[in-house]
Amino acid sequence: MTSRRWISPSRIAIHGTLLLACALYLIPLIVMLLTSFKAPEDIRTGNLLSWPEMFTGIGWFKAWDAVGGYFWNSVKITVPAVLISTLLGALNGYVLSMWRFRGSQLFFGLLLFGCFLPFQTVLLPASFTLGKLGLASTTTGLVLVHVVYGLAFTTLFFRNYYCSVPQALVQAARLDGAGFFTIFGRILLPMSVPIIMVCLIWQFTQIWNDFLFGVVFASGDGQPITVALNNLVNTSTGVKEYNVDMAAAMIAGLPTLVLYIVAGKYFLRGLTAGAVKG
Amino acid sequence: MTTLTAPLRASPVDALQRWLPKLVLAPSMLIVLVGFYGYILWTFVLSFTSSSFMPSYKWVGLDQYIKLMGNDRWWVASKNLMVFGGLFIGISLVIGVLLAVLLDQRIRREGFIRTIYLYPMALSMIVTGTAWKWLLNPGLGLDKLLRDWGWEGFRFDWLVDPERVVYCLVIAAVWQASGFVMALFLAGLRGVDSSIVRAAQVDGASLPRIYLRIVLPSLRPVFFSAVMILAHIAIKSFDLVAAMTAGGPGYASDLPAMFMYSFTFSRGQMGMGSASAILMLGAILAILVPYLYSELRNKRHD
Repeated sequence: MTSRRWISPSRIAIHGTLLLACALYLIPLIVMLLTSFKAPEDIRTGNLLSWPEMFTGIGWFKAWDAVGGYFWNSVKITVPAVLISTLLGALNGYVLSMWRFRGSQLFFGLLLFGCFLPFQTVLLPASFTLGKLGLASTTTGLVLVHVVYGLAFTTLFFRNYYCSVPQALVQAARLDGAGFFTIFGRILLPMSVPIIMVCLIWQFTQIWNDFLFGVVFASGDGQPITVALNNLVNTSTGVKEYNVDMAAAMIAGLPTLVLYIVAGKYFLRGLTAGAVKG
Repeated sequence: MTTLTAPLRASPVDALQRWLPKLVLAPSMLIVLVGFYGYILWTFVLSFTSSSFMPSYKWVGLDQYIKLMGNDRWWVASKNLMVFGGLFIGISLVIGVLLAVLLDQRIRREGFIRTIYLYPMALSMIVTGTAWKWLLNPGLGLDKLLRDWGWEGFRFDWLVDPERVVYCLVIAAVWQASGFVMALFLAGLRGVDSSIVRAAQVDGASLPRIYLRIVLPSLRPVFFSAVMILAHIAIKSFDLVAAMTAGGPGYASDLPAMFMYSFTFSRGQMGMGSASAILMLGAILAILVPYLYSELRNKRHD
């Protein structure tokens, strides 16, 4: 490709298409933002992309009143579930790469299927079990479910990452008398920062965005924000306040969106690692 | 192997060290055996029972499956999955490949553009569904926008049209996932040996021809994983339907995942709900097994 003619017709066509696609991906977000700052009359008289007659935060205030409590529920579910499943994934990955034993490969294979498991096939037994444990409709129960069904991906991330670490490193430490946890804490953890980021971000996005487990295993005041948003948007009583709906959707979407903008590199790596090697 | 040597001299600490890896893995092994396979088996058993609002273990053979096959709503849901899945996978692939190829032409600000294409993937399907429900709102959404912009006769009410509502799901799902397909293919394109492209160019082949004949065929593995992931998303699609249409109007936009949820948890038909879940698992296996088979075979060839 030696030609340096940047302003050829085909270059213009390429850039034009790419920019058009940018607009198409961005429009829903722009519409959400514009609508969330409009007054209800403004929504009826204007259109999706019309500039608000007057910017008003009323939609956001009302939305926060409606879903704010559920936002904190999501935080209380997501934070422990992400941390526990990541820690377990790291330990599993460590054993499955550095301390293999008879049957550990088989176990890894069995675990991997969890990446593809349609959760519908485990919902009923899981809800019976939570009921038996006295954890039905509790935050703890939901954390437990997210940890269990997040394990396949978190283990996969760490196992594949540690497989690229030379075994000799661990062997040498073992000869020096270092134990299982010492090797993990002193040698592997310090070099795991990138994969920990990938795993944390993947798990956070998955669990924060979850709807199925939330709607099945939580009820009333304990529901996560996705369920609360869905209830808010799909109630048929009263006049629809689209500005409130859109503000609530933004509130539900902001944490993962911000995380994506701040750490998109890790987000993408998680997606492709989970995708290609799954 | 070393476990057999001199067990008498091993101090308790050594013994513990030897057992530690297994001990650490044990909880996860239990989780996988019980929470994955045990539960699947449990659901499988339930699908052969007369369970309704409460689980019962009265064996009814294939009755629930036969009832499911005779259920019009299940057929609508399955047919919708075919239409939704087919269009969603096809359109996402076309858009994703096209954008990846265009982005591969040494575009300035490529990283920035890529970030824009991929951000919907960070959102919950509930957020996506809410946004698109509003965009496609008959009367106030795109419908009104295009009329305001001068297209007087424009009507867009697919969201309430039983015949077309499933296409609304396709639009939202493609918006969410096509950027991801782009990212997968872009990563694949970066791995293609550029000397092959240059050699073909020297031979006088045009760029579109090079991509269609040489570059894209070499990305077959990426293509298969993309199809695999998209099919998986389609079969599991539940939140998008819940947020956008709740399966309506009537049950015109139902998908199997939605069917399973409402029969199991709202209508008290656990047996039939379990049967539908098992069929969903069957659908996943039907695409997963050939995929894994070809993956493993390729690995052996390497």
